[in-house]
Amino acid sequence: MWQMDETDKAIINGLQGGLPVCERPYQIMALQFAISENELIARLENLLTQKVLTRFGPMFQIERMGGAFSLAAMQVSEDDYERVTETVNALTEVAHNYRREHQFNMWFVLATETPAGIVQAISRIEVETGYPVFNMPKEKEFFVGARFAA
Amino acid sequence: MSIKLDVIDRAIIQATQSGLPLTQRPYHTVAEKIDIPPEVVMQRMQAMLDNGVIRRIGAVPNHYSLGWNANGMTVWDVVDEHIDTLGQQVGALEFVSHCYRRPRIIPNWPYNLFAMVHGRNRDEVEVKTVQIAELLAPHCRAHATLYSTKILKKTGLRI
Repeated sequence: MWQMDETDKAIINGLQGGLPVCERPYQIMALQFAISENELIARLENLLTQKVLTRFGPMFQIERMGGAFSLAAMQVSEDDYERVTETVNALTEVAHNYRREHQFNMWFVLATETPAGIVQAISRIEVETGYPVFNMPKEKEFFVGARFAA
Repeated sequence: MSIKLDVIDRAIIQATQSGLPLTQRPYHTVAEKIDIPPEVVMQRMQAMLDNGVIRRIGAVPNHYSLGWNANGMTVWDVVDEHIDTLGQQVGALEFVSHCYRRPRIIPNWPYNLFAMVHGRNRDEVEVKTVQIAELLAPHCRAHATLYSTKILKKTGLRI
């Protein structure tokens, strides 16, 4: 079984920050890990294949483009959970979806290009699943800065 | 304040939202794909970084793979008149990764403050949660921790 080594960990920690915009960004970043450009690219490919990274690339803030994010929750009965998951996940507007231990057992993030898109996505989910959706858009952001040390 | 995007920006977003190419010249690869000069792609992406349309370009780790097995969404019913001050203080705790004020949905959902807390196991999360509880103590009426048990989807934005 493949295991992360110290270089992989350094890459994961070092690249949560920012890849520069320039002709050979991986070559520049590789210097800080004391490996070659090609090795950095190969290691990133492997970390994605191994699902240690879920994504590598730009993180967009849809609100800056006039769009909206919202967090929404549902109370889904256990024998219906799989069907509802499929229906909810099928919407491209659903960016993340988590199962949580609570009466509200499905929590998803909607990202849409317009604020009206949130309302539309929610009513579509309600119609297609038959469950009410509880919309909890953020009213204020106190902090966002998820960093995970490898 | 909302940034106006044109067709070139949208083409760049669509070409990179699932990931930046892992090639020696990734921005050139994007440029070829959408048939726009690489200098323009780089200039537009730098501009989107500067104006905040792009938060950052980097790695999104799967925290479970890194051993962060316990992911608790802690939620709190905080007295309205104190929530903004207390929300700032909770958000400033080094172990809180996201912190928001959200609407209550009475009677189903009494909580208006959300703080994400991660740990290698649930004990770690609980120790951290106690610190939040102490900070909020006189102004908090109820709280719960909702642990995630499965990632059902994690693709990020798609336009």
